[in-house]
Amino acid sequence: MANLSATPHGSAHDDHEHHGTNNVFGFWVYLMTDCILFGTLFATFAVMRTQFAGGPTGKELFELNGVGLETALLLLSSITFGFGMLSAFAQKRGAMLVWLAITFLLGLGFLVLELREFANLIHEGAGPDRSAFLSAFFTLVATHGLHVTCGLVWIAIVMIQSFTPQVFTTRYMDKLQCLSLFWHFLDIVWICVFTFVYLLSVI
Amino acid sequence: MLGKLTLSAIPLDVPILVGTFTGVVIVALAVLGAITYFGKWGYLWREWLTSVDHKRLGIMYIVLALVMLFRGFADAVMMRSQLALAYNGNPGYLPPHHYDQVFSAHGTIMIFFMAMAFMTGLLNVIVPLQIGARDVAFPFLNSLSFWMTTISAVLINVSLFIGEFAQCGWLVYPPLSEQQFSPGVGVDYYIWAVQLAGVGTLLTGVNFFVTIVKMRAPGMDWMKLPVFTWTALVTVVLIMAVFPVLTVTLGELALDRYLGMHFFTNDGGGSVQLYLSLIWTWGHPEVYILILPAFGVFSEITQTFSRKPLFGYRVMVYATLAIGVLSFIVWVHHFFTMGAGPNVNAFFGVATMIIAVPTGVKIFNWLFTMYKGRIQLNGMMYWVIGFMVVFSIGGMTGVMMAMPAADFVLHNSLFLIAHFHNVIIGGVYFGYVAGLNFWWPKVLGFKMNESWGKRAFWCWFIGFFVAFVPLYIAGFEGMTRRMNHYDNADWHVQMLIASGGAASLLWVLSASCCRSMSRSVIAILQRTVTSRVIRGMHVRWNGRCHRPRRLTTSPFYRTFMESIRSIPKSRSVVVAMKARR
Repeated sequence: MANLSATPHGSAHDDHEHHGTNNVFGFWVYLMTDCILFGTLFATFAVMRTQFAGGPTGKELFELNGVGLETALLLLSSITFGFGMLSAFAQKRGAMLVWLAITFLLGLGFLVLELREFANLIHEGAGPDRSAFLSAFFTLVATHGLHVTCGLVWIAIVMIQSFTPQVFTTRYMDKLQCLSLFWHFLDIVWICVFTFVYLLSVI
Repeated sequence: MLGKLTLSAIPLDVPILVGTFTGVVIVALAVLGAITYFGKWGYLWREWLTSVDHKRLGIMYIVLALVMLFRGFADAVMMRSQLALAYNGNPGYLPPHHYDQVFSAHGTIMIFFMAMAFMTGLLNVIVPLQIGARDVAFPFLNSLSFWMTTISAVLINVSLFIGEFAQCGWLVYPPLSEQQFSPGVGVDYYIWAVQLAGVGTLLTGVNFFVTIVKMRAPGMDWMKLPVFTWTALVTVVLIMAVFPVLTVTLGELALDRYLGMHFFTNDGGGSVQLYLSLIWTWGHPEVYILILPAFGVFSEITQTFSRKPLFGYRVMVYATLAIGVLSFIVWVHHFFTMGAGPNVNAFFGVATMIIAVPTGVKIFNWLFTMYKGRIQLNGMMYWVIGFMVVFSIGGMTGVMMAMPAADFVLHNSLFLIAHFHNVIIGGVYFGYVAGLNFWWPKVLGFKMNESWGKRAFWCWFIGFFVAFVPLYIAGFEGMTRRMNHYDNADWHVQMLIASGGAASLLWVLSASCCRSMSRSVIAILQRTVTSRVIRGMHVRWNGRCHRPRRLTTSPFYRTFMESIRSIPKSRSVVVAMKARR
């Protein structure tokens, strides 16, 4: 859209700035629709949480140690992403890259742990096709995992994109801010997953 | 998991489909040949298919909607004629498995690809112009939404010729739509098509929300927003709120089918009622998503041709908002008979009746706008007045069915079918056609033919009653929906009358299609001679248009600056904005 904004009349600059704020606002609005998507998955889980169909219950299946570690990794990654944003605001590319790399590794660790948990469950015969409870569980948690995967790809992309002489353009900062919103949003969703899916099932 | 495509998937044994296929191929070849002959491929590709201009996308949406209207209408005529024939042992000409696909495709196409596409098209063309924005907030995303919708529409039509379509109704209720009972590819076609179109619509919702909230011209505060844009705003908020629910619901159905999960299955702890609640959490707001922009159109037309400002602008806005909120708390009325219990049913019944109040307020606002106005009774006002008659009747039958006790008798009967066609045709379709008439000069630079417009109205108006009043009666007499054949003589009379109504609608559809197409061809010829369309003809309805005042025809972006220079006396919004700064 950049070339379209370069119109001859005087308000071109205003239009451009306008556009910048629209990106972050628009992405935030999109995230709210994503929030409704997760809300619907939570509602499904709430309906299905006791539909074990004679199969294993959450209490028998979930190991809080592993899940606790996952939670710790993801929460920590939110903090490190925050430091990355601070470095970006200070226009320090090196520091930003380091923080983003740490965030990436923490996110990857989370994902590996989650996939291991899934593999174990399926191996024990508690796959998503076992009962409605497990269908809802796998769908909700895997949707979150899929979002984290997208976030990881996105982090890798913004890291690669930072290798230009002029890094911290408005456009780039917009992108970083959207990613930041996305990453923290995933954290909040995970807190809900941890509370309503794991903790409430184990009680 | 996904199976293999074989030649047997092509239904060569069904003569209707082979005939349709041949017809489609001939028309497609004619169109492609014409494009090649006139050397328009480059123009088409550069100026239309890859365009991100909201006006061009809007036009393409409306073209898609009209093509899909034709398809959906063909389905409707097949259903009516089948039911006129299939009486007393006569099997008719559509065997059940084909008939079931026809009614499923009719509903799916009319809602997702006719009504939604038409609505999005009108929003695209008009909303940025009404708020004085040069385009939507995210033009590329807008194009993406359009192509997602189009591809879904293509996918659903491919199902005619390769494989089959869903046979379980337009909302594919489980457990019938589960793998166990629908092992074919029909439901898969449905899931993929609706899922893609749904995501496209969601992105449109986000796009227009940001556009309306962030890109209004300076000085245009909320209570100065044109009414159509207000209704558009509430509609896009509803879209953002409920389309994610549709995505999840269909996603869960897909997981059931592909990965053997147990969301909605009979076994494994699945819950069918969960599907119904989820799909109608989307589905009820969906009908308000469709009707609210139509209300906006009626408001614009009424005030323009009554030569008076809209009566009760603020009340109209609040009524729109109230309908938007209430639309979320009525969904259970779609399945009162499922047995949620008297208290739950009572709540949703009362909520449903309450929603008629803001709608009634709107009707009175339009009437008072006309009262003592200098009414110009043209084709568009015909649609408005016709809407008030048809829609009020539809609204009243809706309130009847909002009573759970009455609904136990009427549920899933033809009475229901008559009711929702009464509000969707009388409200949504009348509104969009009126809007198309009203804004046609803004888009193309010339008015639609007045006398053909009135003829079209009368055929739709009378044809509607002839086609659907018999359905009300047959519904009272106990005839259920989705019935393939029957042997009740009382019903047969009604079915014969109804197919006569369908025929009159069909006649007008084809007549007005031909008529407006020939008008368009003439206009395009004129345009190449004089370029008047692009430069902007001064077609103004009574010299009245909404603030910000602007050319009535809106040129496409590339010639925008040029057109401002070429018509120095006109006040376009850009000029006005510059002056203000």
